Amino acid sequence: MTPLVDVRGLIKEFSSRGGWFRRGTSVRAVDDVSFTILPGETFGLVGESGSGKTTTGRCLIRLIEPTAGEIRVKDLDVRALSTRELRQARRHFQIVFQDPYSSLNPRMRVGAIVEEPLIIHRIGTRDERHARVRELFDLVGLDPDAAGKYPHEFSGGQRQRIGLARALALEPSLVVCDEPVSALDVSVQAQVVNLLMDLQKRLGLTYLFIAHDLRLVRQICDRVAVMYRGRLVEVAPAEALFTSPEHAYTQALLSAIPRMQPGQKLDRIPYDPAAFQRLPLREISPGHWAAV
Amino acid sequence: MLAVEGLRTVFRLPDGRDAAAVDGISFTVGRGETLGIVGESGSGKSVTALSIIRLVMPPGRIAAGRIEFDGRDLLTLGDEEMRRVRGRRIGFVFQEPMVALNPVYTIGYQIAETLLVHDLARGAAAKRRAVELLEAVRVPDPARRAAEYPHQLSGGLRQRAMIALALAAEPELVIADEPTTALDVTIQAEVLDLLRDLRQRFHLSLLLITHDLGVVAEMADRVAVMYCGRIVEQAPVARLFASPAHPYTRGLLASIPGLEPGKRLAAIPGTVPALGRVGEGCAFAPRCGDRFSPCETIAPDVTRVRPDHDVRCHLHADAPARADGGGS
Repeated sequence: MTPLVDVRGLIKEFSSRGGWFRRGTSVRAVDDVSFTILPGETFGLVGESGSGKTTTGRCLIRLIEPTAGEIRVKDLDVRALSTRELRQARRHFQIVFQDPYSSLNPRMRVGAIVEEPLIIHRIGTRDERHARVRELFDLVGLDPDAAGKYPHEFSGGQRQRIGLARALALEPSLVVCDEPVSALDVSVQAQVVNLLMDLQKRLGLTYLFIAHDLRLVRQICDRVAVMYRGRLVEVAPAEALFTSPEHAYTQALLSAIPRMQPGQKLDRIPYDPAAFQRLPLREISPGHWAAV
Repeated sequence: MLAVEGLRTVFRLPDGRDAAAVDGISFTVGRGETLGIVGESGSGKSVTALSIIRLVMPPGRIAAGRIEFDGRDLLTLGDEEMRRVRGRRIGFVFQEPMVALNPVYTIGYQIAETLLVHDLARGAAAKRRAVELLEAVRVPDPARRAAEYPHQLSGGLRQRAMIALALAAEPELVIADEPTTALDVTIQAEVLDLLRDLRQRFHLSLLLITHDLGVVAEMADRVAVMYCGRIVEQAPVARLFASPAHPYTRGLLASIPGLEPGKRLAAIPGTVPALGRVGEGCAFAPRCGDRFSPCETIAPDVTRVRPDHDVRCHLHADAPARADGGGS
């Protein structure tokens, strides 16, 4: 199958300007990252804060300009698009943010928030757009009659549904989910996770799922990539990654997940950051790659 | 060590009504014991912590209850006496260390100051003790770190510095409110291991407040589950995970991801009601799949399903007392 997303040699450097007495420095947040995502797949990207997972997700849809590398989504060469072409292309790839409180404009009615992308892309007449907004509300499990309310009138879980409705308005093929449920209460997280899985089935969506919650990643991802210091250290089908991790960092990371069994002995595997080496990924077994 | 009885903390709403954020809760923490309080936002778990150390700010106030600590009711102490208990005999660790640490003083200075305030050490001895404490919480190169400011430390080190600060006066009870929530999972594991180790070394009682059932499973001896200001279930940790009795507890445990990959999760429908929006009956009734006639009108009382297992739910209201104490 042809991949929907094909990323090769992605690099993102952030530079800090020098001061009067200081030379400018640059930090490589994403360091030569390559991966593919198949259509309809949920591809998990995990790592600690600062590992570069969010930067990778944003470079992928050019919310941040990459420093180098190749990005193909569908048949588009994403890095070669002009600003204008990029705006057109954005309908194919959307993003859902972590914080359902700051990602919705508080002064807009939620119906208008969901409709806005349709207006920008000049889709449909006013009546058609309004009908589409009702459809989208229904799709994400919200009451279409609530479209006239403002974001603060909704709970966190409902706001995340509104963000999702907006992301889906243009029928994208790829949705980058950047920690979509980590700001939500435990009992509400499950609802939104189920919704994401249902929508994927119904609409054939492809997800890049960025998360630090490894249990959640195991629940919904088909394949998972582990990031450490800007590099991919392991990429594998989810079950293989969780049952037989190859990279020492992955092993340490998995051993740190709290067990849900009280009284069970803890076998933490420590990881020494000094032992980290910039190695390329190699295929250990079919589909299971590790930088070892 | 700590016995809370019938604690009720209310907040004045803009419309003038009082709403109970904590509504008549009772629990104890034994010497050397760890009690985990689990709840979502709005459950009242953090207000419970603030109530114990009497740091509830207006429009909130403690309306009723007793908080017995080492034989004395903290609610009857004068402000000066309370200050001597706070920090000296009860230490606390918060989610966000930047709130607890003063950004303009070095870590070492802040620990030494705590020792000075509580008359435990001064001068060079206090400085030496500060370095020892940083070493005890496994801060690498403690002498150098003691001279650094909070912003110079990583999140994990800051959390350790706060734990060192909480332990400086050798308190008997430590209240930790979401101590690892802001940390990466590997750092969380290190901080939990550290807390477990310190608990043993200093015979600490620990009141651990968290939304994370995984943290509770690893750390707690007993667990109290809070929902809308009430403790809905209380049991030893193994018992709670093996045979949860309250539908809310069951729902929380069932919604933990990662156990059956690829499947839909068993979600609890609806959301936690806002403060002051709780009805007459059981606060969980509107979201509960097991609700029946009394649930929406009558608030359930506590039923003791086993000598060490309490639940507040009409489903269990008629459970016969078991003389043998055996359950499942």
